[in-house]
Amino acid sequence: MAKIRGSIVVNIEKCKGCEVCMVTCPTGTIAMAKEVNGKGYNYAFPANPELCIGCANCAMVCPDGVITVYKTKI
Amino acid sequence: MVEFSGIKEIIKPENLVYKRTDIMTDNTLSYCPGCGHGTAHRIIAEIIGEEGLQSEAIGVSPVGCSVFMYNYLDIDWQEAAHGRAPAVATAIKRLLPEKFVFTYQGDGDLAAIGTAETIHACNRGENIMIIFINNGIYGMTGGQMAPTTLPGMKSSTSPYGRDVKTMGFPLKITDIVATLPGSYYVTRQSVHTAANVKKTKKAIRKAVQYQKLNKGTCLIEIVSNCPSGWKMTPVQSNKWMEENMFPYYPLGDLKTPVE
Ligand SMILES: Cc1ncc(C[n+]2csc(CCOP(=O)(O)OP(=O)(O)O)c2C)c(N)n1
Ligand code: SF4
Ligand code: SF4
Ligand code: SF4
Ligand SMILES: [Mg+2]
Repeated sequence: MAKIRGSIVVNIEKCKGCEVCMVTCPTGTIAMAKEVNGKGYNYAFPANPELCIGCANCAMVCPDGVITVYKTKI
Repeated sequence: MVEFSGIKEIIKPENLVYKRTDIMTDNTLSYCPGCGHGTAHRIIAEIIGEEGLQSEAIGVSPVGCSVFMYNYLDIDWQEAAHGRAPAVATAIKRLLPEKFVFTYQGDGDLAAIGTAETIHACNRGENIMIIFINNGIYGMTGGQMAPTTLPGMKSSTSPYGRDVKTMGFPLKITDIVATLPGSYYVTRQSVHTAANVKKTKKAIRKAVQYQKLNKGTCLIEIVSNCPSGWKMTPVQSNKWMEENMFPYYPLGDLKTPVE
């Protein structure tokens, strides 16, 4: 059976580290970085990229619109 | 652009499922981390893009945290004085009936200083869309009590919590608007989860269609958070909103057209 795989891209310099995407992600793909961006925010990043299913929930709730989502079947 | 991406092989144009709409400008939003204003802006922008309204849309921006909304959506705008957006939108729509005209207003703007404009524009059935961001507080000026502040809710001007005996009850202005003959479609939504974002987008899309058909005023309340004014983290504020705001301001349609 084909498996759905997703991948997200976070524009980390525009991320405000609000964590809303992280708690929304149904698969635990996203975590907050220990490092900060230029504005001093701990940015979101796909810490467990292999878990992403490309559902775009994270992008839909990101107030700053900094997440891009891709999805494919393998 | 500095990016952090997941599995590289999947990142191809043909696999794209979600990207920031071009209707949003590249300006960094002035909002606090996790503030629902940003999400609300983005979905309005998405609908304007999807419905091909970029050159038709005229927004009327408020006074409040979203005062600079005209910097964030690449459409035509008019800034209004505090609370006067529905009056300004009335004039624009009457002069330019072919345009898609909407206001975007906070609860202090729409339900305090602008109560008269809101009620009368809706009662006249002006053919405009009103987006009402209710975060139960004056966010911009430092978290003062608004007419929409919940009973017992602390704010900078109700430090012991809103006492309804002396400060009155929270005003459900959306419920009032729904009773007016001029209002056509009145609904209360939120944008804090993906499912709610989808529902709110659907509501905005309906309002766009109704305006094309000259049906009257459509008001969409979005119950939203103010992590800074509420003194919570964004994630805590969304949970608090579900537990405290939604029981008082239940989500759902208040007036749907009889077709
Ligand atoms: C005529 C006038 N009176 C008062 C103010 C001060 N003022 C600016 S924003 C605001 C309230 C904003 O609250 P709200 O509309 O709920 O927007 P939010 O910031 O919460 O999104 C007030 C009272 C003003 N700018 N102009
Ligand atoms: S697309 Fe879905 S699964 Fe992937 S990170 Fe975003 S919320 Fe998680
Ligand atoms: S929701 Fe957006 S701004 Fe907030 S942490 Fe996630 S990517 Fe950053
Ligand atoms: S003060 Fe409140 S409403 Fe204003 S940007 Fe900050 S969180 Fe949003
Ligand atoms: Mg407010």
